[in-house]
Amino acid sequence: MPVRSDEIKVGESRERVVVEDLKRTQIVQYAGASGDYNPLHTDHEFATGIAGYPGVFAHGMLTMGLTGRLLTDWFGRDSLLRFGVRFKAQVWPGDTLTATATVEEITTDEGGSLAELSVRTVRQDGTEVVSGTAAVRLEGVA
Amino acid sequence: MPVPRFPVEAGHVLMFARAIGDDDAAYQAELADPEGRAAAPPTFTMAAAQFDDDYPLRPKPGQKWFGSGAGPGEALEGSGGLHAEQHFEYHRPVRVGDILSAESRPGRSWEKTGRAGLLRFSETITEYRDAAGDLVVTARSVGVLAEASGPASDAEDNGGNG
Repeated sequence: MPVRSDEIKVGESRERVVVEDLKRTQIVQYAGASGDYNPLHTDHEFATGIAGYPGVFAHGMLTMGLTGRLLTDWFGRDSLLRFGVRFKAQVWPGDTLTATATVEEITTDEGGSLAELSVRTVRQDGTEVVSGTAAVRLEGVA
Repeated sequence: MPVPRFPVEAGHVLMFARAIGDDDAAYQAELADPEGRAAAPPTFTMAAAQFDDDYPLRPKPGQKWFGSGAGPGEALEGSGGLHAEQHFEYHRPVRVGDILSAESRPGRSWEKTGRAGLLRFSETITEYRDAAGDLVVTARSVGVLAEASGPASDAEDNGGNG
């Protein structure tokens, strides 16, 4: 489902809720699939008693993965050229995250057309948890 | 740590996709027909950790684990760091059936003074190559370590997500 270069415009934006009321079990699920078993994310005793946090919190990479779904739902997994984020704030169990991607520029390189996007994800109180950029290959107009 | 062999398997990709809430039917279809060569989610290369024999954030039989048991656990040497940034450059999509390998090298490092004190940032560049030796993904990870005592409470300002 690649997107054609005449199907999107600079300034166009998409937004979606990528997780609602994040459950601790989903963090466990991500730990198992990714192999990152840092107890900060799944072990309440450790997170509070040793690391000094109020509780467990999501892997940054779970938040990035959730955010990436907005891009792959829009442009397809085969079209991504770049995807990068900064982690701005922690994501806690119970958080609801909304991701937004905006087309900043449509340009061309030796491979054809591509779209440069800004990406951000906020939690329910509006705090930005992730901000970044992505680039996706667009299909040429036949 | 180098990962000599990271096979991209249909079941593993399905589990990873489920964990990030991606229910695309293509992942299920791969189980029946791995020749479909479905592209993996964009952050899937993180799962190379499963194939790193020395990965410190996985309990190993016969070795001490730093998480809680009867007690609350203990701080892991040099592990107070958090994940500040992650960047991927895709030379082509990672696909089910790929046999990747990964090599990491240190990148830049810099310091910044935040509310909680001195923050040390350091970059790691990891290259994922396919069986033919062609570059598939270049990943750049930035970690941050707070010099001050206590948790990196500044993560809220300066990035950091473990």
